[in-house]
Amino acid sequence: MNGVHDMGGMHGMGPIAPEPNEPVFHERWEARVYALNRAVGFVGKWNIDAGRHSRERIPPADYLRMSYYEKWLAGLIMLLQESGLATEAELESGRPAPGSAKATPALTTERVAAVVAARGSFDRPVNTPPRFAVGQPVRTKKINPTGHTRLPRYARGRIGIVDRVHGAHVFPDSNAHFRGEDPQHLYSVRFSARELWGEEAAPRDSVYIDLWESYLYPA
Amino acid sequence: MEDRADHHPHQELPSDPALRVMALESLLVEKGLVDPAALDALIDTYEHKIGPRNGARVVARAWVDPEYKKRLLADPTVAIAELGYEGGQGAHMVVVENTPDRHNLVVCTLCSCYPWPVLGLPPVWYKSSPYRSRAVIDPRGVLREFGLEIGEDVEIRIWDSTAEMRYLVLPERPAGTEGMSEEELAALVTRDAMIGTAKVKPPGGPA
Repeated sequence: MNGVHDMGGMHGMGPIAPEPNEPVFHERWEARVYALNRAVGFVGKWNIDAGRHSRERIPPADYLRMSYYEKWLAGLIMLLQESGLATEAELESGRPAPGSAKATPALTTERVAAVVAARGSFDRPVNTPPRFAVGQPVRTKKINPTGHTRLPRYARGRIGIVDRVHGAHVFPDSNAHFRGEDPQHLYSVRFSARELWGEEAAPRDSVYIDLWESYLYPA
Repeated sequence: MEDRADHHPHQELPSDPALRVMALESLLVEKGLVDPAALDALIDTYEHKIGPRNGARVVARAWVDPEYKKRLLADPTVAIAELGYEGGQGAHMVVVENTPDRHNLVVCTLCSCYPWPVLGLPPVWYKSSPYRSRAVIDPRGVLREFGLEIGEDVEIRIWDSTAEMRYLVLPERPAGTEGMSEEELAALVTRDAMIGTAKVKPPGGPA
C-alpha cells in the first residue's frame, strides 16, 4: 500500500537527533508492549508480515504522530481483534467476555531463552531455478498494490543490477494477507543513486534493496 | 461535556499509553494468552543480555583473525553463530565491509528491521521518520549530523533492509591499535559504527 510508512526519499521529517546513552526502553510500558507483541505473536495467529502490515494500516496522521511503541500497541490491538483472540468488547472493557474459555499461555518463562535464540528462517526450498543471475540488469515493476508490499515506492520502475542471489524466501505480499508463503527467489539489487534520485546525486553512491523475483523484469 | 469515547469507541481504554498497556496486559493475562513472568524474562533478555556488545565481539574477532573474517564475509550467519549469537531477526545475516574508499550505511525505510542478535533492539533514531526517509536520498547529510564527513571520492553503499536479510557493517580497524587484544578492540566498537553512522575511533583520540 502507498502508505506513509513507505518514506524512503521523503523530505521535511526534520533532523535525526540521536540520543546519547539511550536506554533500551524509555518507559516500562514500552518494554511491556514489546514483550506483549512477542508473547502473543508466539500464539501463532499471525506472522511477521501481518504484524508489519498492521502498523502500516495506522492512519497516516496518527502514524507520524505516534512514538514507535505506540504504533506497536495500535498494531497489536488491531491484530488481536482481527484474529479473534480478543473481541472489541473485551478490548474496550479490559475484561474477558463472561464465560469465555481461558487459554494457556504459549510462551512460558522456561521457553523464553529458546524462543529468543530460535532463528526463525525465512528461506524455503523451491523447484524453480532463479530467473536472474548476478550482474544482470533488471527493472522493477511499477506496481501500486493496496495491500502489503516490500517494493518501496522510490524504487519502482527503476533499473538496477543483481548483486546477490539470496535463495527463495517467504513472499511478504502474500504472507501478510494469510494467502500462503508463496516462496520466491530473493535478490539484492544495486541501484545507482543517480538512477533513483537524478543527476544531482553523488555519482558513485548506490542503494542496495532486497527484492523478490515477481517485482522484477529483465532489463 | 463532549465524551471523546462517543466518537472513538475503540479508544475507551485510557488514552495514556502506560494505562492502556496495563489494561491490555491484564486482559491478556486473564484470558490466559500471556504469562507476565515470560514478559519479564523477554524484557530482561533485551535489556541485559542481547545488545551491541555482541556485534562488537564479532567485529573484533574479524580484525584479529583473518580466517574468521573470511568466513564472516562468506557465510555471516554461521560465522556469527560460532560466537554464540543467533536468533530472531538474525537468521539471514549479511556483513558489509568498510574500506578507505567504500562506506556502508544500513537502514530500513519501510519499518525498523535491525539485526537483533548482534545489535539488540534499535535506537529511537534508527526507527524514526527522519532517518528512514533521508538515509537513502541524503546519506552524506545524514552522516554529517552524526559528525561524520565522507569524502566525495568515497563510495557510499546504502542497504535498505526490505526483506529478512539483516545487515551488519564491519568497520575499519583504526590505526594505532596494532598491539591491542581482541577484548580491548571490542571495547572500541560502537553500535553506530556497525550501522554505519560512525567510524571506530582510535583509543585516546578526540571524542
